[in-house]
Amino acid sequence: MIPLSHFLIVGALLFSIAVAGIFLNRKNMIILLMCIELMLLAVNLNFIAFSHYLGDMAGQVFVFFILTVAAAEAAIGLAILVTVFRNRRTINVQELDDMKG
Amino acid sequence: MTFELFIFYVFSAVTLFSAVGVVTARNPVYAALFLILAFFTSAATWVLLEAEFLGVVLVLVYVGAVMVLFLFVIMMLDINIDTLKEGFTRYMPIGILVAVAVAAEMILVMKSKTFDRPIPEAAPLDSSNTEAIGEILYTEYVYPFEIAAVILVVAIIAAIALTLRRREGVKKQDQGAQIRTRKEDRLRIVKMKTEAKQGER
Repeated sequence: MIPLSHFLIVGALLFSIAVAGIFLNRKNMIILLMCIELMLLAVNLNFIAFSHYLGDMAGQVFVFFILTVAAAEAAIGLAILVTVFRNRRTINVQELDDMKG
Repeated sequence: MTFELFIFYVFSAVTLFSAVGVVTARNPVYAALFLILAFFTSAATWVLLEAEFLGVVLVLVYVGAVMVLFLFVIMMLDINIDTLKEGFTRYMPIGILVAVAVAAEMILVMKSKTFDRPIPEAAPLDSSNTEAIGEILYTEYVYPFEIAAVILVVAIIAAIALTLRRREGVKKQDQGAQIRTRKEDRLRIVKMKTEAKQGER
């Protein structure tokens, strides 16, 4: 049988890989969005693991809501990305500095 | 090592491998495909945790909708990969340092006795995870559920409003203008005398 800490450690590793991804791909907006999705996946894994080991369904309901909000976030994020690319011809985060004083 | 533990290790290893793939892939299309693999194997892990409904939802919603959206956007945009990848090796040390620090801290906490929970009994075969979620979702969490619906509507409207583009100089049919036209705008009756045909008389 699998102890709870195994799942939590997998979630932690997944989260830290996503954090490293944000550092490494700090120019590519698409990969940044994907790293955010990876982080949400790690959090969801933790929620489900706790829900299973504490015998409480609330954790799974939370994951359901996180999935909903994450889907909305991805749709709006990609829409913004498309608009940015249409206006600026680039998705390089470092070139998007029009608001800089 | 039980069979369950073996399955857990296999799927976790594939999940972590594909997460590394997402982060390091040169081509955003490969990154998206690695992310799909990560979602699939995570869904398997969730099924292992007796969250069958959410595992299926993860595959349907994420792999079926969100990742297809990602792939569409990646292929729609004409991206120069090389300029976006520069600085990758420069930020490699600090990125790995931060990741190792985060992972080490979290693992140290998770190794503590607090998380040493007894392993729960497997659910009976005739119990339904979907039914259990539905029961709690439509009673105790019905208000958040409705808010989630509102959030989805807002997301639809926002995505459409952001990407809707009005182009100038495109010839297209305007039914309203067609219906509104009157006879006077188009038709001109010219009064003139009848003329004799050439060659007559």
